[in-house]
Amino acid sequence: MATSTAFPYLTVLVLVPAIGAVLVAVIPRHAVAAWFHEALGVAVTVVTLCVAAVVAFKFKAGYGGFQLVSDHMWAKDLGIHWSLGIDGISLFLVLLTAVLFPLTILGARARRDPRSFVGWLLLLEAACMGSFVSLDLVLFFLFFELTLVPAYFLIGGWGYARRGYAAIKFFVYTFAGSAFLLVGILAVAFIHQSQTGVLTFELPALMHTHFSGSEGVLLFLAFTAAFAVKAPIFPFHTWSPDAYAEAPTAGSILMVAVMAKLGTYGIIRFDLNLFPQASRTLAPLLLTLAVIGIVYGALVACAQRDLKRLLAYSSLAQIGFIALGTFALNSQGLSGGVLQMVNHGLVIATLFILVGWIYERRATWQVTSLKGLQSPAPVLAGIFTVAMMASIGVPGLNGFVGEFLILIGTFVAHRWWAVVATGGVIVAAVYLLWGYQQVFHGEPTAEDAKTRDLSWNERLIVAPLIILIVLLGVFPKPLLDRITPSVNQLVVHVDQVTNTKVPAGLEPRPVATAAPRHDPSLAIAAPRPPADPGSRTAGPTGGTP
Amino acid sequence: MPTLHLLATSSATPTIHTPHVDYLSILPMVIMLGGALFLMVASSLFRKILSVGTGTLVASAVSIAALVAALFQWHQVSTHGAQVTIAGAIAFDGFDVFIQIVVAIAMLLTALIGDGYLRREGVEGPEFHVLAMASASGAMMMGAANDLIVIFLGLEIMSIALYVLAAFNHKRAESGEAALKYFVLGAFSSAVFVYGIALVYGATGSSNLPQIADYLSRNVIASNGVLLAGLALLLVGFGFKIAAVPFHMWSPDVYEGSPSPVAGFMAAVAKAGAFAALLRVFVSSFGTVRADWQPIIWALAVLSLLVGAVVALMQRDVKRMMAYSSINHVGFILLGVETATARGVSASLYYVFTYMFLVIGSFAVITVMARDGDTGNQISDYRGLARRQPLVALAFAVLLLGQAGAPFTTGFLAKFGVVSAAVDTHGYVLAVVAMVSAAIAAFFYLRLAVTMYSPVGLVGNAADDGGDDEASAVAGPVGGDGAVSNLQVLTDAPPTEAVTERGLVTVPGLTALAIGVSVAFTLVFGIFPGPILDFAHQATLLFT
Repeated sequence: MATSTAFPYLTVLVLVPAIGAVLVAVIPRHAVAAWFHEALGVAVTVVTLCVAAVVAFKFKAGYGGFQLVSDHMWAKDLGIHWSLGIDGISLFLVLLTAVLFPLTILGARARRDPRSFVGWLLLLEAACMGSFVSLDLVLFFLFFELTLVPAYFLIGGWGYARRGYAAIKFFVYTFAGSAFLLVGILAVAFIHQSQTGVLTFELPALMHTHFSGSEGVLLFLAFTAAFAVKAPIFPFHTWSPDAYAEAPTAGSILMVAVMAKLGTYGIIRFDLNLFPQASRTLAPLLLTLAVIGIVYGALVACAQRDLKRLLAYSSLAQIGFIALGTFALNSQGLSGGVLQMVNHGLVIATLFILVGWIYERRATWQVTSLKGLQSPAPVLAGIFTVAMMASIGVPGLNGFVGEFLILIGTFVAHRWWAVVATGGVIVAAVYLLWGYQQVFHGEPTAEDAKTRDLSWNERLIVAPLIILIVLLGVFPKPLLDRITPSVNQLVVHVDQVTNTKVPAGLEPRPVATAAPRHDPSLAIAAPRPPADPGSRTAGPTGGTP
Repeated sequence: MPTLHLLATSSATPTIHTPHVDYLSILPMVIMLGGALFLMVASSLFRKILSVGTGTLVASAVSIAALVAALFQWHQVSTHGAQVTIAGAIAFDGFDVFIQIVVAIAMLLTALIGDGYLRREGVEGPEFHVLAMASASGAMMMGAANDLIVIFLGLEIMSIALYVLAAFNHKRAESGEAALKYFVLGAFSSAVFVYGIALVYGATGSSNLPQIADYLSRNVIASNGVLLAGLALLLVGFGFKIAAVPFHMWSPDVYEGSPSPVAGFMAAVAKAGAFAALLRVFVSSFGTVRADWQPIIWALAVLSLLVGAVVALMQRDVKRMMAYSSINHVGFILLGVETATARGVSASLYYVFTYMFLVIGSFAVITVMARDGDTGNQISDYRGLARRQPLVALAFAVLLLGQAGAPFTTGFLAKFGVVSAAVDTHGYVLAVVAMVSAAIAAFFYLRLAVTMYSPVGLVGNAADDGGDDEASAVAGPVGGDGAVSNLQVLTDAPPTEAVTERGLVTVPGLTALAIGVSVAFTLVFGIFPGPILDFAHQATLLFT
């Protein structure tokens, strides 16, 4: 189920930023010009982006298994492998990470000590990349935990007024979640060992472990605890508004756009693959939490006076959508969820960069102390509008495609959850438009009127993001071509396992009957190359015996 | 005890047979003790006080010789297998050799660090090194001991030298106070330990570990009150030496008062020796009655994990913080003991080995940072260190992250090993408690790391303690103008006044070497863990 290559692209992908971080740490500040470390950071992240582009180029569309796999024994006595691989689910998260880091270093620069700042960012990139491409559970855990350290330092070192509190809260919450994850990972490996006699942490091997009902549920909960805190999914979100709001702009961007995706990615990659039965059993619970997150996030966002907190709560709602699609447990929902991870990353990154620039100009995020920025800063307002529209899910922009697929997938499987979630879309329009109105419309005060518009540099920084937002909105086919086979394979795995254990005919039916109905929607998702090895081409789950 | 035993078996001849001594099996500790005696005698032969440098030189050479001897032993054990020597008193196996190696390296690093400390504090003479080597030989004996009496012998040799070492800086009153506390409690715990030995002897008829194991596997003791009481007393004795909660009361005071290199030595060597004996006694001798002692170890582990982590959070003195952090680490190592499996023993050994580097390296930095007279031990003294001395700060940050169990350091794999051993035996609760305590502990390590990386001029930093935070929150920016001024503070104002106030600390070359070795070990074997894991694994396989 894996194709191997001679050249370890994925290892390079992880090592380049890591080596960059070491270089930044080693080269002393006084030995070089003041701009050197930032330039080095940009260079390293651009090289990483190039490697990621090569990976994307090498990636074969229409194949659902792991590609570009490299597998080496790392700690023999503990059974840990350096096992990396990429599939349609992780590919675009890797690309998203690769795109956002250089833009962040350029667009959200440190107020002080750029050297350490860039160093932590590079370490964070290495850790994020590593998490997305790890196929070994312990290796994943290592990278997953490694993200905490730079994120903690970024918030604590460069954050705003209540950064200390926010950094601690962030750290303690996420680490506490991880405690359960590690114990869960170990339990899975030992159960696998007791069944096969082999101690391994590699996902492809562990996928076929059999868990008894209660084991599966408990382990699923242990894994999900960590991922739900990281994402964050309601009710594990309480650290996130503080952390997102108090972090420096770069920290906010990367935590929301990339690190939050580690949580949802972890659910898709590990929960669904390892515990299909428990995922199926507990799906209603997770769907309910997702819907609560969507509605609650949207409603609380309406009440925010602070732009950053508003975006933080809007993210809670968006992550709710991703979780909703995931636990629809069908092809549309999952594809939509994966796509939405990328889309949300792009959109929220744009919004946080823009909000960061507003703060640079006006030193406030308070909606009430900003007014009429549209007339002094039309370009800023225009770009903000595009990103906001994408966030609301206006057709033609990327947010629409993902949300649409998610809602279809959910509707097919769990109708009423989809109905309530759709309400969240409307509320999202309310808070974003309201916020926009307050900040950009109206007569600017004397101070507001002096607000500088975006410089050419700044326009160049957001340009790639806006281009991607529009491009993915009108032409998501290349993404879906690559995402869908992997998602289908996952859905088949889930169905097979659940069907062998649950009396037949319990689950697949609604999906099967519904499959023909959403063919129009599949005009977007449609392209499925015929005769794929290892991936199913027909309507996602319907054909499963 | 062995001689008595021999008398009983060979009562036909009236002469006392001295057992055949296999010197190879005790070579490292003979070298270590011999080195100590040599240095002591040599210093009394000269009219002039021997210089610190001579002591360092001899101690380093002796440690390296002991290390080489231990490596040779390792070769011997791997090719010829484990054996019991000197009338059953010494176990010559992989486990033993592993401890010899750990202690020899710890002694070498301590000799290097002690050199700079003694010169700075103006303490003359080679006695520091004499005592350290004597103590190290005691720890080595505990690792090799195959008899409760020999363990006690090792324990006393190790401890008595440590009592004196704790008091070594006679210019500081705290040092004497620490030593007295350590002595009183330590002597008390030794007494308890001996009583435990007596009760176990009474219950099983032997003080020899394999014979105890043999007796327990053949017999079911109907009323095992005496045995259990003996076990409990032994645990109390060990608990004092490893500083497990609730027997930890002495350790913060002693760590705070002792000279910093001694505190590092104590945390590394005393723990290595005591854990070696603890593992050998409980896992191998009392393995058959593990159901009786596992709950006690379980409770000790949970208490140590939580109390160590939580109380360390509240410390403002770095050495006290390290003391509580060390209690937390003890909890982790106890996790491996509690499982009583080969995996657990191997994980505990790995933990002891890697922790030795982490803690000695950390105390080396603390030694340097404390300046003349051991005054700069407050967390606030570390503020802005990264700006003044980036290399020292970087090294300390790596060591702290290693202790916190950050990925790609040896600390992570150590924690991973013991937690996986616990999960393997279905100790899920213990595993979760351990991970939660790791989260709490990570927090205070990171706080110290952030402190080093935050400029002195920066107000309201994350790393600061409560009181300062309140003030800075008020002083910090609230609205637009405040933020601008804050920007200016952040970018323009260099922390000049603090630098002139504290100045740079000097890092002696040998100390720098020790720190460098610790950091390199932590990183290199964190990234390429194979050899050391394999080493610990082999050591456990060759466990008699």
